[in-house]
Amino acid sequence: MITMEHVCKSYKVAKRKAGIGEVCKSFFRREHEVVHALQDVSFTIGEGEMVGYIGPNGAGKSSTIKILSGILTPDSGSCTVDGRIPWKNRTEHVKNIGVVFGQRSQLWWDIPVIDSFELLKEIYSVSKENYNRKLEELTELLQLSEILKTPTRQLSLGQRMRCEVAASLLHEPKILFLDEPTIGLDAVSKLAVRDFIKKMNREHNTTVILTTHDMQDIEAIAERVILIGKGQILLDGSLQELRTAAGGQDAQESLNLDHVMAALYKKLDIM
Amino acid sequence: MKKYLMFFKLRFATGLQYRMASVTALTTQLIWGIMECLAYKAIAEAMGTGLPMEYSSIVTYVWLKEAFLALFLTWTGDKDIFSLIQNGGVSYELCRPVSVYTMWFSRIVGGRGAEALLRCVPVLICAFLLPGTLRMGLPVSIEAFVLFLVTLVLAVGVAVALCMFVNMLCFFTISPQGWRMVLLGSADFFMGNVIPLPFFPERFRKVVEWLPFPYMQNVPFRVYSGDLPVAELGPVMAKQALWLVILVAAGLFTWKQVEKKIVVQGG
Repeated sequence: MITMEHVCKSYKVAKRKAGIGEVCKSFFRREHEVVHALQDVSFTIGEGEMVGYIGPNGAGKSSTIKILSGILTPDSGSCTVDGRIPWKNRTEHVKNIGVVFGQRSQLWWDIPVIDSFELLKEIYSVSKENYNRKLEELTELLQLSEILKTPTRQLSLGQRMRCEVAASLLHEPKILFLDEPTIGLDAVSKLAVRDFIKKMNREHNTTVILTTHDMQDIEAIAERVILIGKGQILLDGSLQELRTAAGGQDAQESLNLDHVMAALYKKLDIM
Repeated sequence: MKKYLMFFKLRFATGLQYRMASVTALTTQLIWGIMECLAYKAIAEAMGTGLPMEYSSIVTYVWLKEAFLALFLTWTGDKDIFSLIQNGGVSYELCRPVSVYTMWFSRIVGGRGAEALLRCVPVLICAFLLPGTLRMGLPVSIEAFVLFLVTLVLAVGVAVALCMFVNMLCFFTISPQGWRMVLLGSADFFMGNVIPLPFFPERFRKVVEWLPFPYMQNVPFRVYSGDLPVAELGPVMAKQALWLVILVAAGLFTWKQVEKKIVVQGG
């Protein structure tokens, strides 16, 4: 379903120190640094799998998601999703995927959420029956009925996130990329979103790739975990294998998963 | 087609969402229009017969300009697309199964069209009801009116295509300020938004006519009042179409370059 082979991606980042003298100097001569976001990343994900993609800040999680969703072009390496190269057959490719970027919004700021949904319906050419059925399902599962008529700008972060998730699923995608979809959600909403993702997977065999810093998300959803650090895949296996890799006393079940992760990050020296 | 009409609908809804803004904008436009008409009246009286446009044509030009301000407005419009580029919101845009160029083009047309539709009706009603020399005239002929509509559509096409080209350039500089100041600022002047083009000195105008700017609002607004005779319109419309093609091609070409090495700002 999804294969990534030897994918590399680097960014050029302008850097300078603080201070007005440095500002003036950098106006004439910029110092750039090449950041290797991804270095030789390879993995395969089968249809219907639910994969947690984790790693510390700046590890390359979002870059991977952006390459998989056809937004970024990698420097080298190959990648196919459902038989297509994402950045080459972009319009065909994105018909079948749903993406949630937790830190961005795809809803129109000034107008009620439902208007944005209607626009998405047209953009993805979803038929009226399918749209109504899906909207009903989403409204019920994510408890949207109260907030659909509210302008986006007046929603709280959690309410907005639930709408964002719904917006990405209106066209019933086969593959779902979730980039930190549970930021700012309260306990009830978090559970609702998690249950919902699991239900999607069970009923429609949707492939899900999820990045998050909330280890409970991973515990609840992911059957398989891929750990990335400094642009390289360091571990690929079940959550239990991850605990074992963290080693020593940290492997005890009783210990908080966050501590396990912290220990693992330190051990692998990827902080 | 329906998906592109949706943008129009959405922007129309957005425009209506803020009622007070519409009312204040209308007031500003009316006062500004009346002031402009009075200023030209003073010029007309001082210059006598030497005016490059008839006074009634100028009044009509001013009111059309105010009524359709949103269509050609270069210095405020389309902020949302600039912010998409600056803040990385473009990543969602790239996840849609449509051409980004077409989507943004229709989004801008929809935005401007919807706003113009909201604004033009009250402005035109007021302009037709104003007393004496401030009143806007009817089109010189039915033929002129039809051609006014045709050239208006072409003019909007040229204006939006230019705007799209500037949008694409912003991918390279990130801050839109520079491009906007230079290109859109000069557009404002050279398309006759400050003073109508016939007021430009002859030689200067000849040079300006080689640029895309005179093929925006200048054409339809002068066709309406008969200042630009219907008989002379053939080559003008051909040039409008030509600029539309050139600017769309330039925008598409730049987009192809952008798409290959796009960088999403803000992680």
